[in-house]
Amino acid sequence: MAVMPVDVTAVATTGQAGRKKRGDGKAATGFLTPSMLGLLAFTAFPIVASLIIGFYNWPVIGAHTFTGLKNYQTLLTSKEFHTAILNTFVFVLLYLPLNIVISLGLAVWIGSKSIKAPGLYRTIFFIPAVTPVVANAAIFSLILAPNGLIDSLMQTWFGVQAPNFLGSTTWAMPSVVMLSIWQGFGYNMLVFSAALDAVPASLTEAAAIDGAGTVARFFRIVLPLITPAIFFAVVLTLISSFQVFTQAYVLTGGGPGNATTTMVVYLYEQGFQFYKLGLASAVAWVLFIIILVITIFQFIGQKRWVHYDQ
Amino acid sequence: MTSEAPSVTAATPSLSAPTLRAARPRTAGSSHVGSVISQILLSLVALLFLVPIIWMVLSALKPSAEVFTVPPKLFGSEILFSNFAEAWNYLPFGRFILNTIWVAGVGTLITLVASATAGYAFARLNFKFQGGLFILYLSTLIVPQEVIVIPMFLVMQQLGWVNTYKALILPWAFTAFGTFLLRQFFMTIPKELEEAAKIDGCGHLRILRSVIIPVSAPAIAVLAVFTFITYWNSFLWPLIIVNDTSKMTIPLGLELFLGQQGQRWELLMAAATISMVPTIILVLALQKYLVKGIALSGLGGR
Repeated sequence: MAVMPVDVTAVATTGQAGRKKRGDGKAATGFLTPSMLGLLAFTAFPIVASLIIGFYNWPVIGAHTFTGLKNYQTLLTSKEFHTAILNTFVFVLLYLPLNIVISLGLAVWIGSKSIKAPGLYRTIFFIPAVTPVVANAAIFSLILAPNGLIDSLMQTWFGVQAPNFLGSTTWAMPSVVMLSIWQGFGYNMLVFSAALDAVPASLTEAAAIDGAGTVARFFRIVLPLITPAIFFAVVLTLISSFQVFTQAYVLTGGGPGNATTTMVVYLYEQGFQFYKLGLASAVAWVLFIIILVITIFQFIGQKRWVHYDQ
Repeated sequence: MTSEAPSVTAATPSLSAPTLRAARPRTAGSSHVGSVISQILLSLVALLFLVPIIWMVLSALKPSAEVFTVPPKLFGSEILFSNFAEAWNYLPFGRFILNTIWVAGVGTLITLVASATAGYAFARLNFKFQGGLFILYLSTLIVPQEVIVIPMFLVMQQLGWVNTYKALILPWAFTAFGTFLLRQFFMTIPKELEEAAKIDGCGHLRILRSVIIPVSAPAIAVLAVFTFITYWNSFLWPLIIVNDTSKMTIPLGLELFLGQQGQRWELLMAAATISMVPTIILVLALQKYLVKGIALSGLGGR
């Protein structure tokens, strides 16, 4: 699931933390034990272990040997890994802006006063966000296949064949992006809907009386007010889009060639098809660090464009 | 984007059918026409958006030889509801569904219990290192799943848990996300509600069960639905940890379908349709809370 950018300091110090009374240590131990044991075993321990495995040559069967930074050096010089990084960035650069623009545009459209039954439209656009990604990808495989719906329509209407979308190095990545957009923008649309609902009508009405048109009202009043939601959506969408796997794996298998081999597809291939678990762990850490650095830069950069009302 | 906004100066009563937000009178005439056009356009966009899902259902009903036709046809020469029954037994897809219901159901239950108790501790109890521990919880949320799966796979191998339900369920039932979500919600509950129970000498477990949880039903419902859906759709981890057909979940089954020689597309589409039904029902059931729940829980950003 996704992360919510919270003001960590505020969250941690609110509540009863400030009160120095007799603690509830015993009860707290009981209440926290299941969650903490699980988190230790299934999150904390694997994180540390993964970092260590990354410094080993670690096959699934047989002995593992310490190799220091060798896995990272291998990645540094691996042409396939460079391609995987490049493919991931291409995906992110196509997916992120499209996702934000479409989800924001639709949220504004659905939320406008002229639309009746906005809940219905929100639900419709949200549906593919909860249906299994593999099922979504299966549909797109059918639609994009030669003689599939799109090709068939093009032959019927224009008398030309559509490109072999999934078998072409040019079209494979756009196809993966298209599937991802179709299924993915619903979450952000709902985030923006909530933010738009919270914009006080009095503000836009006052601007309307002052003669501001619809477009001016949107860009000068509404948009600045929802920048916190946009920031939130951009941060989370970036984090998840760097981890793109299922769409590429199911739709194109990373191909043709390695045209859609993203970093996680590469990780899966190295780890679970070639059983190089050390190398795969190193890939995971490179991915983690890329995500971390970009997220930190976003938090630094937000001061320039995100308006928190104070 | 936005269509005509109603003019605040207009006093003409609305000529349109009763609107859902008829708080303000709307201008008749051009603005009204604009509204209707906007509504029609949006409906067309929504219909276009649903084409893949509609095409899936239509294809699921076609005879095998008529899935790919030029020009495309909405219906085949006959409508075969039997494709659904065949898909159920093919592979065996029915087994995958039962597996997924079990994994997602038990996983959701464990997640709810662990999150509610830990959330209560963070929201209502005082103990040492509370703040620090909570930050530690939150910090685990930024770690991508990919970092965790490799060591987890090795652990499962050591434990002999490969191809088991345990391995599908347990690793993802203790995320800090649920704790965080419920803790945030519990914090908003006024303490006065618990006072009576406290005076009656109720322990914390009793307070959690009979005061906090009933009041938190919306938050718990949101967490339950999204946890269930996450399990239902999960792909990378099951792909790594399960290769035995008797333990496969729906996404793995669909992938298996897709990879088969001489694909039976109509059966695959029937299976895909079946796989979508529970998730769509859950979202419809949660429709009322959808916008609020997403905003509250920070589930955005895919």
